[in-house]
Amino acid sequence: MSDSLSEKRKIKSAKKMRDIMTTYYLDAMTAEQNNKQVAWITSGGPVEPLVAMDIIPIYPENHGAMIGASKMGEDLCIKAEDMGYSSDLCSYARSDISCSIVKGGPIGGLPKPDMLICCNNICGTVLKWYEIQARLYNVPLFILDTPVCHTGYSPEIARYVRAQIDEYIIFLEKVTKKKFDHDKMARVGRLAFEGQQLWRKILNTTAHKPSPMSAFDAFFFLALIVTLRGTQIAVDFYRDLLTEMDQRIKDGISMVPNETYRLLWDNLPVWYRLKWLSTKFSDHNACLVADTYTSAWCSALNYIDEDNFLDSMAEAYTRIYLNIGVDQMADQVLDMIKFYDVNGFVMHSNRSCKPYSFGQMDIMKIVRKKAGIPVLMIEADMVDPRNFSQSQVETRIDAFMEIVKQRNSPNDLCRH
Amino acid sequence: MIYAGIDIGSITAKAALIKNNQVLGTHVILTGYNPLKAGINVFETLLTKVKISKADISGIISTGYGRASIDFADKSLTEIICHGTGAHFMNPKIRGIIDVGGQDSKAIALDRNGQVENFAMNDKCAAGTGRFLEVMANALEIDLDQLGDFSLKADSPSKISSICTVFAESEVISMIAGQEKRENIIAGIHDSAAARVAILAFKINIQKPVMMTGGVAKNNGMVMALGKRLGLNLIVGNLAQENGAIGAAVLASKL
Repeated sequence: MSDSLSEKRKIKSAKKMRDIMTTYYLDAMTAEQNNKQVAWITSGGPVEPLVAMDIIPIYPENHGAMIGASKMGEDLCIKAEDMGYSSDLCSYARSDISCSIVKGGPIGGLPKPDMLICCNNICGTVLKWYEIQARLYNVPLFILDTPVCHTGYSPEIARYVRAQIDEYIIFLEKVTKKKFDHDKMARVGRLAFEGQQLWRKILNTTAHKPSPMSAFDAFFFLALIVTLRGTQIAVDFYRDLLTEMDQRIKDGISMVPNETYRLLWDNLPVWYRLKWLSTKFSDHNACLVADTYTSAWCSALNYIDEDNFLDSMAEAYTRIYLNIGVDQMADQVLDMIKFYDVNGFVMHSNRSCKPYSFGQMDIMKIVRKKAGIPVLMIEADMVDPRNFSQSQVETRIDAFMEIVKQRNSPNDLCRH
Repeated sequence: MIYAGIDIGSITAKAALIKNNQVLGTHVILTGYNPLKAGINVFETLLTKVKISKADISGIISTGYGRASIDFADKSLTEIICHGTGAHFMNPKIRGIIDVGGQDSKAIALDRNGQVENFAMNDKCAAGTGRFLEVMANALEIDLDQLGDFSLKADSPSKISSICTVFAESEVISMIAGQEKRENIIAGIHDSAAARVAILAFKINIQKPVMMTGGVAKNNGMVMALGKRLGLNLIVGNLAQENGAIGAAVLASKL
């Protein structure tokens, strides 16, 4: 590929996003000097009330992703193990816990929190993880308990979660010693809704053939909808990114040159192997066009009432992808397979993320039966590279792609 | 037209030639530390054996862990597709394959046309592979080739409970110290390895008839243990170890 072509494929908005993220972390690092408070919050937690209260939300999981992507995970995980934590514990938790002590990682550790907000809609590990951090920093912890909706959202669950939203607001008023501004909350809610709508539209652009971006790009651009959800900054950025994607479609610019095969990815990325994986698939003319992970930040949109955000968010936060039954997860996967018209499904069995990886075998069987496409399972971990063996993964991917090619056309397999 | 397949495994390197849909010859050597050298060596030895020259070869496909090292091959493909093709070539009725090699074991499902439908491989663990058996043979001070015959004389197979190869070896050593019969220990080792491999077959819901390929297929004790665990008779050809190389040669004819 010539340099100019590869330059053309680069997504221009990437630089802007890096700048926004740098400013975001700088603001958080200097929060105390500016009389602002910092709250650490789980990735699936309700951030909008924090934004409405002018509290800077910080995501240890986004930090975990940064640690993984900068290949600093192994060291920090080992440090946590030296502290006595089991190697079976989530690598985000391990690296965050040890980072708080050694102030390591790509940004020298996160700014000290004034409070912790923990929502268990993504996993149960966060409960103990946040309790540990609450003890370490000696700050108040709020836990939002969202029961798993195996089959649906019952009136009991609705009442239970909605009541906690009120408790959440009381908690914030107490910690900040400020009154909660409901009008501002409504504005933030609308921005959060708009941001998620834009994010969904961006992800939907990859239904186009060839795809203007890949899941690897989505993993990168996800950061804003996680960290700055409910802000004008996120809305403006995603509007521009959507325009860029639409333009790429018009100009016929694809992320993978000669896109021939389209794949769907499941679970978190393997952060320290993004480049290797992306090249590996691209060498097979395959593009990971979509994934179940980044779409989790807009999949509950249907439950949000933008004019009544506070009431509807209880449901939206409870019914996210990781907090529903396996059958419902499989239905979402099947919908994506159809919508993005993919030739194969790649599942990352993630040693760290138990709620995401548990049930994958069942989903695999359902997908094989109902969609009839090849499914690959690779074993790895999102941050700890000790759980990744290259030659094993490589053979699996190559064999999987050979099956995909053979299915497409038997001649494709032996083509040079 | 003559086509060649070269399979560079973690322990052995195999080469096969096919002509007019017949296997013309095969050869097996130890891989050693240099996969390319092993590839050249096994290929050239085979050419000498069947008395043909390199110029007579119309296409070469490499496979196995060292597949990318074989720079003189026209293309490299994974051992999964090659074992599938090889098994179908040897016996078109085959719907399932269990391939146990030096450092990995896999189960492969084929459709009616011999195309790979699905596969499962051992994850980050050598239990249930040739290497596992090799470690055990060393601990018991017998040749790898003798494991099978020994195990068939067992009257009450020992129970090996550790999955980890290193811990299983310690278990075997304490059994030796406890003066358990060697035949029984070996049968226990085969049962333990078979249990690991069977999981892969169940994962992909393997269908009959099933062929066993790879070097470990030469171990009749392991074939018996695995067949018992799966509740079926495994078909083992006399070119089981060379099956991947044969498949590669067949695929080379489609280049």
